[in-house]
Amino acid sequence: MADLVQLLTSNPLARQLGVPQPTRLRRGRDLPTGPVVVGAAGGAPTLVRRTLDVLGVAADDALVDTPQTRVTETTDEGRTRQVPAPYPGAVGAVLVDATAATAIEDLEALRGVLRPALRALEASGRVVVVGVEPETAGGPVAVAVQQALEGVVRSVGKELRKGATANLVRVDLLTDAPTTATDLASTLSFLLEGRSAYVSGQVLHVGHADEARVREITSQRPFEGQVVVVTGAGRGIGASIAETFARDGAMVVAVDVPAGGEGLSQVANRIGGTALQLDITAAGAGQRIAGHVAQRFGDAARIHTIVHNAGITRDRLLVNTDEERWGSVLEVNLAAQVRINEVLLDPDLPGGLDDGGRIVGVASTSGIAGNRGQANYAASKAGVIGLVRAMGADERLGARGITVNAVAPGFIETEMTAKIPVATREIGRRINSLQQGGRPVDVAETIAWFAQPASAAVTGRVLRVCGQSQLGA
Amino acid sequence: MPDQPTPRDAVVVGGNRIPFGRANGAYAAASNQAMLTAALDGLVARFGLAGERMGEVAAGAVLKHSRDFNLTREAVLGSALDPTTPAYDLQQACGTGLETVIQVANKITLGQIEAGIAGGVDSASDAPIAVGEGLRKALLKAGAAKTPLDRVKALAGIRPGDLAPETPRNAEVRTGLSMGEHQARTAKEWGITREAQDELAAASHHNLAAAWDAGFFDDLATGFLRLSRDEGLRPDTSVEKLATLSPVFGKGEGATMTAGNSTPLSDGAATVLLSSREWAQERHLPVLARFVDAEVAAVDYVSGDEGLLMAPAYAVPRLLARQGMSLQDFDHYEIHEAFASTVLATLAAWESEEFARDRLGLDAPLGSIDRSRLNVHGSSLAAGHPFAATGGRIVATLAKLLHEKGPGSRGLVSICAAGGQGVVAILEGC
Ligand SMILES: NC(=O)c1ccc[n+]([C@@H]2O[C@H](COP(=O)([O-])OP(=O)(O)OC[C@H]3O[C@@H](n4cnc5c(N)ncnc54)[C@H](O)[C@@H]3O)[C@@H](O)[C@H]2O)c1
Repeated sequence: MADLVQLLTSNPLARQLGVPQPTRLRRGRDLPTGPVVVGAAGGAPTLVRRTLDVLGVAADDALVDTPQTRVTETTDEGRTRQVPAPYPGAVGAVLVDATAATAIEDLEALRGVLRPALRALEASGRVVVVGVEPETAGGPVAVAVQQALEGVVRSVGKELRKGATANLVRVDLLTDAPTTATDLASTLSFLLEGRSAYVSGQVLHVGHADEARVREITSQRPFEGQVVVVTGAGRGIGASIAETFARDGAMVVAVDVPAGGEGLSQVANRIGGTALQLDITAAGAGQRIAGHVAQRFGDAARIHTIVHNAGITRDRLLVNTDEERWGSVLEVNLAAQVRINEVLLDPDLPGGLDDGGRIVGVASTSGIAGNRGQANYAASKAGVIGLVRAMGADERLGARGITVNAVAPGFIETEMTAKIPVATREIGRRINSLQQGGRPVDVAETIAWFAQPASAAVTGRVLRVCGQSQLGA
Repeated sequence: MPDQPTPRDAVVVGGNRIPFGRANGAYAAASNQAMLTAALDGLVARFGLAGERMGEVAAGAVLKHSRDFNLTREAVLGSALDPTTPAYDLQQACGTGLETVIQVANKITLGQIEAGIAGGVDSASDAPIAVGEGLRKALLKAGAAKTPLDRVKALAGIRPGDLAPETPRNAEVRTGLSMGEHQARTAKEWGITREAQDELAAASHHNLAAAWDAGFFDDLATGFLRLSRDEGLRPDTSVEKLATLSPVFGKGEGATMTAGNSTPLSDGAATVLLSSREWAQERHLPVLARFVDAEVAAVDYVSGDEGLLMAPAYAVPRLLARQGMSLQDFDHYEIHEAFASTVLATLAAWESEEFARDRLGLDAPLGSIDRSRLNVHGSSLAAGHPFAATGGRIVATLAKLLHEKGPGSRGLVSICAAGGQGVVAILEGC
């Protein structure tokens, strides 16, 4: 019964009835199969080209659709129509550098690049548009044009099928700390690869960081030898986060409540990490994490990344919510990480957060959209969003090269969501552009991208991992 | 001849147990192997030992299925440890757990191994059931029969009475008395009052509950199945509540032993990680305590000369004499609570001039201990007592207590065992 809907959707009859069939998404470090093509809207695609050079990814020039370049196509019914000149084969990804787009006509150039490419885009293909932060773009028209990019990308995300995604990256080119190709590399690589499978219709932001801080750009194991702490690692998304960091070379300290110890030890043993049984709300939790790190890895050891993933729900309509139900959710999901950060940010603490370190929070689309019966949870998750924005803007942290970001997962297939009644669950799975639930690894990969040493220029940001869910979008 | 290694310290790095369950409770369906594997895996995870080859794993179970003849090795193979880690089973009734610690520590001290895991497990729920002697003989005969007719004849010899299974009983083979009945005699002999026993039992529950609440077991226990605390723990028990229970061991007026001040049958597993100092330091692992020395004694309970569970009363003075220590030289005493009256009778014996003179051949008794240092985080009455797991529980708890107390602090472990034996040891905080 539980997976009646799955049964329905895997049935050939269901296909005929028009129940949408979820596509198997490209995941992991795989690049698209077909060629990467590059175009521009307003000016030349200089930044995107340079970034691809840094990554060592070859790219072709994109075809551009104009009335003059169209060809005649005959339909099955024998009618003819004008269509864009086709690509010779499937296109893996189309990248459009729109950083110089300032005039409304520049948007026509964007259309011209996207139209032929979208017609040829392979399953799990990629559309990436790069623009600038609109408020820095100049006059009202330039701002409008940069803002327009978001409308295009969000719509294209909804139009794409078969697991393809569309995202917009905003960079700082018109400020005194312009984004460089090295700054942008980790983000472009993330978007091209399967790691970003469940990220679509989103706006990502890349600023600028000291070149010395932007390291391990093309490494497959960017966390080699680094200590990474993951809370709530005993199961679900946290277990996947721990596994992903371990895959990428990290020495993982997996934290979960003592009652969750069985799952926790299995995760830790699977990835060769260590288990730390700890209630993050307990007094001295931050000190105990630092103590564990200093003990296990030596007094000079520091934490490279802490992922605040542990979270709980205590759903009830607000009219029925007492202080205990309210407080426990805020305590676990928000207050505990505030206290732990405070402790770990002491630069003199053995086992504290390293300079160049990373703090990654886990918010939720409920924290953006709100959700009936989840006022306490939404408060905590919206709080996480506020927290990372404030900390990302903190110059003292910036000076130490510490970045603070959060993911906001949508519907992710875990034990938590498996408990949702079947009809509601199916809606959750379906109301997004990819027409399926995400997997824990999709959240994990996004967190690992934030945490990469190469992502030093990304801070104070929240990225949704929701398959472009319509909730709160 | 090559050089003999010089003896060196064996230290306790840490421990891990699963919460103890009540018989036929949360672990009713869990086998010894499953529980021991879970306890090992929790230990491996805590210290990041996945894929490591240990010098050895020594563990055992008191109630053991014959198919589990290689229980510990099977648990190792099912765990995250390197499968090339050797293992063996050891059994000394309730002394099993502590005896494995002694064994592993001695090998480390002699330089035969660098690190090893000691432990034990028991299930009163999943205890082996043997067929009665009549049925067993008939089946053997049938199996050996050469012709079908002989086989039928052999099986026809089975009488209805033979079909009753023999469940293992908590009884001494030589006296036919249960351990409780034996202890009831000892309690009477030493004049241990009901009130004193109930007080000790209540304290055990309160102390253990406080330790769980304070997170003391966060790095000593790992949840298993649906348990995250000891199932038999009754934080809200009291001397008054315990006083309402009727005696279950001993007879008539003088009977003092109830289900409340006797340890219940339990399920569970415990492990202890021991190593040389160098091994621990190389891996940045904690060093909680040094294993100092141990002694095992046995008494002649069969003739009635001494109480079944009184052997530690003899083992401790011998150990103290060898170490040149007095009973008062300890910061912590961990005396296994088989029954509240066992602990109290042992303490009474150490205080008795007569016992010192007549039994120990000493001029003066060992004296009394500071009771505030006894079983400070509870013991078997509250935690339960899966026989072979108790030693590991106590050693890990004591090692952590001594580490908190600081270098040079000392702790004494005393565990009584079926068969009239007693296993005792000294640890020193690091
Ligand atoms: N599953 C989803 O669809 C989804 C969507 C949005 C956000 N999230 C968020 O992602 C995170 C992980 O979610 P999940 O689905 O894996 O949930 P989960 O319940 O499966 O796992 C959460 C883990 O956190 C641990 N934890 C809870 N309180 C803790 C405490 N006080 N100290 C230490 N550990 C504690 C739990 O024991 C558990 O192992 C949560 O923050 C959740 O709010 C999940």
